[in-house]
Amino acid sequence: MDQIKNELTHKSKASKQDVRGRTIAFICIAVIMLVVLSILFMITSRGLSTFIQDKVPVSDFFTKTVWNPSAVDANGHYLVGALPMIVGSFSVTILAALLATPFAIATAVFMTEISPKRGQRILQPVIELLVGIPSVVYGFIGLTVVVPLTRQLFGGTGFGILSGTFVLFVMVLPTITSMYIDSLKSVPRFYREASLALGATRWQTISRVVIRASVPGLLTAIVFGMARAFGEALAVQMVIGNAALLPHNLLSPASTLTSVLTTGIGNTVMGTLPNNALWTLALILLVMSLLFNLLTRYIGRKGGLK
Amino acid sequence: MENVITAENMRLYYGEKEALHGINLAFPKNQITALLGPSGSGKSTFLRSLNRMNDLIPDVTITGSVKFEGQDIYSPKMDVVNLRKRVGMVFQQPNPFPFSVYDNVIYGLKLEGVKDKKLLDQRVEESLKQAAVWDETKDHLKESALSFSGGQQQRICIARVLAVQPDMILMDEPTSALDPVSSSKIEDTMLELKNDYTVAIVTHNMQQAARISDYSAFFLNGDLIETEATQQMFVNPVQEQTSDFLNGKFG
Ligand SMILES: Nc1ncnc2c1ncn2[C@@H]1O[C@H](COP(=O)(O)OP(=O)(O)OP(=O)(O)O)[C@@H](O)[C@H]1O
Ligand SMILES: [Mg+2]
Repeated sequence: MDQIKNELTHKSKASKQDVRGRTIAFICIAVIMLVVLSILFMITSRGLSTFIQDKVPVSDFFTKTVWNPSAVDANGHYLVGALPMIVGSFSVTILAALLATPFAIATAVFMTEISPKRGQRILQPVIELLVGIPSVVYGFIGLTVVVPLTRQLFGGTGFGILSGTFVLFVMVLPTITSMYIDSLKSVPRFYREASLALGATRWQTISRVVIRASVPGLLTAIVFGMARAFGEALAVQMVIGNAALLPHNLLSPASTLTSVLTTGIGNTVMGTLPNNALWTLALILLVMSLLFNLLTRYIGRKGGLK
Repeated sequence: MENVITAENMRLYYGEKEALHGINLAFPKNQITALLGPSGSGKSTFLRSLNRMNDLIPDVTITGSVKFEGQDIYSPKMDVVNLRKRVGMVFQQPNPFPFSVYDNVIYGLKLEGVKDKKLLDQRVEESLKQAAVWDETKDHLKESALSFSGGQQQRICIARVLAVQPDMILMDEPTSALDPVSSSKIEDTMLELKNDYTVAIVTHNMQQAARISDYSAFFLNGDLIETEATQQMFVNPVQEQTSDFLNGKFG
């Protein structure tokens, strides 16, 4: 009797371990939270100081087109118009996603529906490899292959939005494809059976049921690809030309938020406007990645199979 | 009486394993035939071979013959797509597509290239009425079929099959995942359907078989033990195994 009572009222070894495990996990989470919050705080406070401390009007920042933070114009206003970079970032991102999507759909459908065995054996490793290649390598290839090719085919210097789009296309294609493959695989077998039993051919089943049922997954995959493209710095920087000018066509040299950040970060002094202006660009990147995140959640909630 | 589908000495192998050992069974037109038998006796296997859904399973071989309106459905000349349009199937688990009710019901018609909006509307209404879900769905045709209850989903699936106006409908335990009220609605539906369709239904529910079927076929371990008018079989089975089964001695 006493022994049982003793065992019940004293913590067993297992439950002590449980407590210890939970404490360790809690500490780890707290550390991560702290780091994340400090990063957020730092980017936000620095990014906002362009507007608060240096009194740059927010509207100027987003609509003016001259980017030269170390100088002022005739009226004494800082030249921090980020519109060219914003346009640059959005153009390469959207164009790359638009270009990659049909290829991603075709590849993913081939790998899951048409020839799963061969897809698994040959294409899967290829995709994994493509995801793993460091972006500087993509940039390097872009510089030596894509830029000259663009120059020959379309004229201009070869540096510009088009080259950036091509390089990003190759980089986001595996991301979108592999995510879309997962979503195709999660389309239940019984949808296919129901469709075939109604007299659909295999192709009709794929195009009318499987792809349609996986649209939310496709959108999520595209948003992920866009997030990757939007945040990509090195590879784009190497081929886009890095002219902080509003691009007037796909061939003119341009720049993106990330490319301006990477080229400029070493040449500015902490606490000065040129530095703060870069932090503001970083803040825009942060807000965008937050938006991409919210978007995937929203799609997931709206389109989730109930 | 005219038979819609006739299986003669039909054997089916999963790989090396023979799962059906020479089945001879005919489905009379405009009648409901119930397939009975304990678990694993081959009822689903047999049913799926009537519209060649077994083609989806790798390594299935079939010998003997299955004739649909006189045509051997396993002959190389048979167009499987057409066969499945004429021999529809309702599954054990309700499996509507994650589309609207309307899009679910018109799926088969769209496959045939029907575009006429009026015809589609009319077929949707007809089919949902025949499947006895019109009242519940008529104001929600654009809503996802998945937002309905299991019983309603199953009737939407029945409507989806009816919309293409097949000659024969195969049902594999269509009510086993449903509550008694939904089940009895589906039973009523089937009795209605008898006028226009030929129905084969697998069921584990003896009362259900007794209530709705005209003929019953008793399967055991891949053999067809007995087939008879349902009344006859339930009151006075010929084979001892059948009567053991009906008396609940196994299965
Ligand atoms: N895909 C398959 N591959 C191999 N063997 C199978 C397959 N499907 C069924 N079988 C076997 O065939 C036999 C008949 O199975 P079937 O599913 O037709 O039985 P059933 O009468 O429908 O049973 P239940 O009442 O449980 O649904 C069983 O022995 C089963 O193990
Ligand atoms: Mg079965």
